[in-house]
Amino acid sequence: MKYVDEFRDPEMAKVLLKEITKISDTLAKNLKRPVYIMEVCGGHTHSIFRYGIENMLPDSLELIHGPGCPVCVLPMGRVDDCVAIAEQENVIMTTFGDAMRVPGSKRSLLQAKALGADVRMVYSPLDALTIAKKNPDKEVVFFGLGFETTMPSTALTVLKAEADGIKNFSLFCNHITIIPTIKAVLDSPDLQLDGFLGPGHVSMVIGNQPYNFIAEHYHRPVVVAGFEPLDILQSLWMVLAQLNLGEARIENQYKRVVPERGNKMALTAISRVFELRQFFEWRGLGSIDNSGVQLNAQYAAYDAEKKFVTPSVVIADPKSCQCGEVLKGAIKPWQCKVYGKACTPETPLGALMVSSEGACAAYFQYGGARIENMQAKQSQKIIPIQPVIEEASL
Amino acid sequence: MNVVETNLHVPSNSETPIESTRLRQGKLVSSVITLAHGGGGKAMRDLIDDVFINAFSNSSLNTLEDQARFQLSDLAQYGDRLAMTTDSYVIDPIFFPGGDIGKLAICGTVNDLAVGGAKPLYLTCAMIIEEGMQVSTLRQIVQSMADTAKAAGVFIVTGDTKVVERGSCDKIFINTAGIGVINQGYQLGVHKAQAHDRILVNGYLGDHGAAILNARGDMHLSSPIESDCAPLHELIEVLLKAAPNTRFIRDATRGGIASVLNEIAEASRCGIEIRETDTPIRNEVKGFCEILGLDPLYLANEGKLVAVVPADETAAALTAMRTHPLGRDAADIGYVLEDGRAGRVHMQTSFGGKRIVDMLVGEQLPRIC
Repeated sequence: MKYVDEFRDPEMAKVLLKEITKISDTLAKNLKRPVYIMEVCGGHTHSIFRYGIENMLPDSLELIHGPGCPVCVLPMGRVDDCVAIAEQENVIMTTFGDAMRVPGSKRSLLQAKALGADVRMVYSPLDALTIAKKNPDKEVVFFGLGFETTMPSTALTVLKAEADGIKNFSLFCNHITIIPTIKAVLDSPDLQLDGFLGPGHVSMVIGNQPYNFIAEHYHRPVVVAGFEPLDILQSLWMVLAQLNLGEARIENQYKRVVPERGNKMALTAISRVFELRQFFEWRGLGSIDNSGVQLNAQYAAYDAEKKFVTPSVVIADPKSCQCGEVLKGAIKPWQCKVYGKACTPETPLGALMVSSEGACAAYFQYGGARIENMQAKQSQKIIPIQPVIEEASL
Repeated sequence: MNVVETNLHVPSNSETPIESTRLRQGKLVSSVITLAHGGGGKAMRDLIDDVFINAFSNSSLNTLEDQARFQLSDLAQYGDRLAMTTDSYVIDPIFFPGGDIGKLAICGTVNDLAVGGAKPLYLTCAMIIEEGMQVSTLRQIVQSMADTAKAAGVFIVTGDTKVVERGSCDKIFINTAGIGVINQGYQLGVHKAQAHDRILVNGYLGDHGAAILNARGDMHLSSPIESDCAPLHELIEVLLKAAPNTRFIRDATRGGIASVLNEIAEASRCGIEIRETDTPIRNEVKGFCEILGLDPLYLANEGKLVAVVPADETAAALTAMRTHPLGRDAADIGYVLEDGRAGRVHMQTSFGGKRIVDMLVGEQLPRIC
């Protein structure tokens, strides 16, 4: 397939892997541990497993699967609120496919649908607006979620609803923003990370400059990466090359899509309708200041949280879940006490088992061979989790 | 719809004309199906006579008894075991590129018989129709069933019709059960895969699933993808003649090829490895999956089979399959591992990596971003 196969060339992969192994082996020898690189974005996690990239990497390099799966980090209380709205009389709830499966404390949207709620899958929030136009006597709610990647399309939909004078459309907003999240990960005391693969599609909207603090304050290299397997390998190689030279810079591997300063139109749309929430709860990570967005006062009429009464109860994650530790890279998915036992893609306890972008579900579905190898190694030597990142406290 | 006795060689030009059972053949006057058409009275009789009997006409059906009857001695000429299967067809939309619910209802059941090594012979047809359906639409579906059955050489020998209130079913649900006879020589089984056996498929995978998703129109994509809906019994006959020690065949319907491979790996307590580069998937289907974040290995097929064939019969099997129009793109996509973990299916990715191909959990849903 043209424009795709070029980015999946196994011969090029071999060349890159050879280079990656060379640098990574040297670095790991000096560090006396593997090099840890986090891919922030769930889309990367998905690609890494889908193409079997993790199994191709040398033992001296380990990938930590970050918090960038919006479906996974959504707390149960928010899903409960969404289900509560969906179950109200006269409501049509609309959302993206994999958001329908996220478990709430009682049920998911998919289960609510089976019990009679009118829940419909859409491919774009604009489809939700079309449904609203076709059903003027119903209240149509869009369950919006995602990082800056999906935020512009939601913002444009709200603007279009306003322009078209559509009153029976509203947004249950669960959009989150990436920078405070990365900062929270970097400030976490039980984390060790040497560098980042930056989220390509988020960066397409926000550009590269918002990541500067990672290099300046935390001295970690960031390479904004594309989602094809060669993109990922090249980006890993770029991070390693920086580490090898003792550098920490923001680089853009995904130049064909990511403009340096982001997408101005998208950013304008976002800033017109959204404002930061002071607090937003994340599943597995707790509350992160200024990490969520909501509709601003001007667009409050489109805010489902103002239109409908919701229980708004904060539901704690199940005690047995170690999603937070996995998200921060402190443990591997299969080291969690309930992984593959009480928590499987069929009966997810924790957030990371929900979407195929979640690290646990990805391991469960695609990654068994690597786990078996690692478990074998693990039984020989336990890698201690270092309590603090040295430079982070500088 | 009631039915009757058959002898094996049911003539397609109906030796038992409907007139021999009915004084006067019913004629449907309404253009819309109403609850009356399922009520057991004259309206139902008119529907059966005018729509079903007319299209499916054969000496068994035309006698209008409550059951089809078979001479055991006639069946015995085809083999030593009866095969029986049933499947219900619910699909949205009911007409799609490459087929419709009627064609699907025949092909699906014919294939379920054929993959067991059986010669498909007789089918039943039970329909649940939502009131309000246009009679012309129903005729179109029934004609499609009749044409597909004729082409596949099977007879629809008994049936049933129910009409339900609007909203109680989605336009039309069809159930077909089928009977076939298995030749003495064939002993296919899902538990029979052995180390070094090859995994063969008869062509491009995922066409049906992609065509249906696309036909729902939510994506507004114009695409030439057509369902692969087809009866596979002739192809299977060709395959089994060329490779008589074939261990197992299954049509890769819902859950796609990934599910079939997992079922084989589990039942045969073996590991299976497939190669992405050798697995035939059309560029259109690949592109469709790329856009939606779907995996073509899990997309449904309605005219594709997976066969486990001993290594020494693989070349003959492939050559034979490729002589048949439905096997032109047949491919050897992988093999049963010697020391694989039981129940585990792997794929060598075209990129050079390796990943697990697991059973699908729930429905495949498009990803957010």
